[in-house]
Amino acid sequence: MQYLLLIYGNEQSFGKMANPERDAILQEYGDFTKSIAQSGHYRGGNELAETSTATTVRVRDKKRLVTDGPFAETKEQLGGYYLVEAKDLDEAIALAARIPSARWGSIEVRPIIPHDMP
Amino acid sequence: MDTSVERIYREESGRVLATLIRLLGSFDVAEEVMQDAFATALEQWPRQGIPDNPRAWLVSTAHHKAVDRFRRESCFNSKREELQKIAVLEQQLAESEDNMLRQPAEDGIGDDRLRLIFTCCHPALMLEAQVALTLRTLCGLSTEEIARAFLVPLATMSQRLVRAKQKIRDARIPYRVPPEGELAARLEAVMLVVYLVFNEGYSAISGDAAVRRELCSEAIRLGRLIRELLPGQSEAGALLALMLLHHSRRSARTDARGEVVLLEEQDRSLWSQQEIREGLGLVESALRGSPAGPYALQAAIAAIHAQAARAEETDWKQIVLLYQALLRVQPSPVVELNHAAAVAMAIGPAEGLRLLDGLEGKQELREYYLLPAARGDLLRRLRQWPEAALAYRRALALTSNEAARAFLSRRLAEMEARA
Repeated sequence: MQYLLLIYGNEQSFGKMANPERDAILQEYGDFTKSIAQSGHYRGGNELAETSTATTVRVRDKKRLVTDGPFAETKEQLGGYYLVEAKDLDEAIALAARIPSARWGSIEVRPIIPHDMP
Repeated sequence: MDTSVERIYREESGRVLATLIRLLGSFDVAEEVMQDAFATALEQWPRQGIPDNPRAWLVSTAHHKAVDRFRRESCFNSKREELQKIAVLEQQLAESEDNMLRQPAEDGIGDDRLRLIFTCCHPALMLEAQVALTLRTLCGLSTEEIARAFLVPLATMSQRLVRAKQKIRDARIPYRVPPEGELAARLEAVMLVVYLVFNEGYSAISGDAAVRRELCSEAIRLGRLIRELLPGQSEAGALLALMLLHHSRRSARTDARGEVVLLEEQDRSLWSQQEIREGLGLVESALRGSPAGPYALQAAIAAIHAQAARAEETDWKQIVLLYQALLRVQPSPVVELNHAAAVAMAIGPAEGLRLLDGLEGKQELREYYLLPAARGDLLRRLRQWPEAALAYRRALALTSNEAARAFLSRRLAEMEARA
């Protein structure tokens, strides 16, 4: 079964971080990705650009509404994700706990509902 | 004959349901087909006699009913997944009944009920849902009874249960006892849920008394089960001891009008000596685990109260030491408050008041009526009537529990009469 591990953190504090510190975190992310690829859990994943680059699209009464960013005034923003294969929630939780950001941000674990391609 | 089916229902339904949940992978289907199987038993057993292994008969009958049900449903909508599921279920049926009853040994602990406890108490579920689901599946309480016990509308409680079962299915919460490395942390959650079930029955004297006392018995039954299944865990024995020692006082805790009777004023001849004896034995072995855990220490405190033939004979010095140990392993303002009350008994009310002063202004105790109530009690012992009255008035403002209000009002009236 597949799970999406959504990585939430404070993008402002990450932006303010000194370079060596950021490099260390990126290195850790690289190691983590490599290890879950080797163990066969990795199905995909990416870092997301900051929320300031985000655009929101809605269609209401057949009219397209395009606005800047997500507006939720939350402390933590979605900053990236992994798509993983795990046999149950406990295994997915164990993988989520190994994501570096779990130590300062939070990881939301969501099961994927498979849909057949038409 | 009917009474035999009833007895077997009481003794076996928990185990049968747990096994069916494992085999069928669905809480709802398992519950429904188990009821169907018992209905069939009620019909057949009086005529044909009770089978040699009633549990195996029930599991296999329920299992057949589940296959029939899945087959009927799949006629309308033949998805590949459903057909696969039926194939698996039929395969299980083709194997012998003994095979179905045999537990998969992968987690090393072969009991479906223990797996079910850990599934219901998974930290990915809301604590309220954990408690409700435990009561529903392991204690067999109806949704109505659980709703009444928690004073929430029936619709709210059914929603909560539906959501929890859906999450177990859709997020695939595993049906197993956690591996050694995770067991200690997860057992803590399980014990907390069992203790919450107990407290729900124990602390609320008002409301539907019948359901609530039943909750205490159910929690004790679960406590026994956990201890039996995990004999190496000293805290599991300690939790059972703690519940037994509290429960032993049930007949003395309220008077004829249903009002609370304080520990020191209780008629100790009403305490159940049988439960006290069992509790004391369990405390002794739990304290041998080192260092003693929080349940062992709390049970030891309850044991000291249980051993005093009269309130004046209570060994308060020992209780103070136990609270100090408890503060080291599980510090909390409520434990500090209890420690202060014990110090007041061991040394004197003035010393107790000094400790209570240090607790004033703690965020966690701001709305906690027992803090001003304890202050009122110590001031009363010091014969400072107007100050005591003031404290009781503050306590009254903080609680809506009827039994507590009746007691505090009585004390307040006494203080006002003397002031």
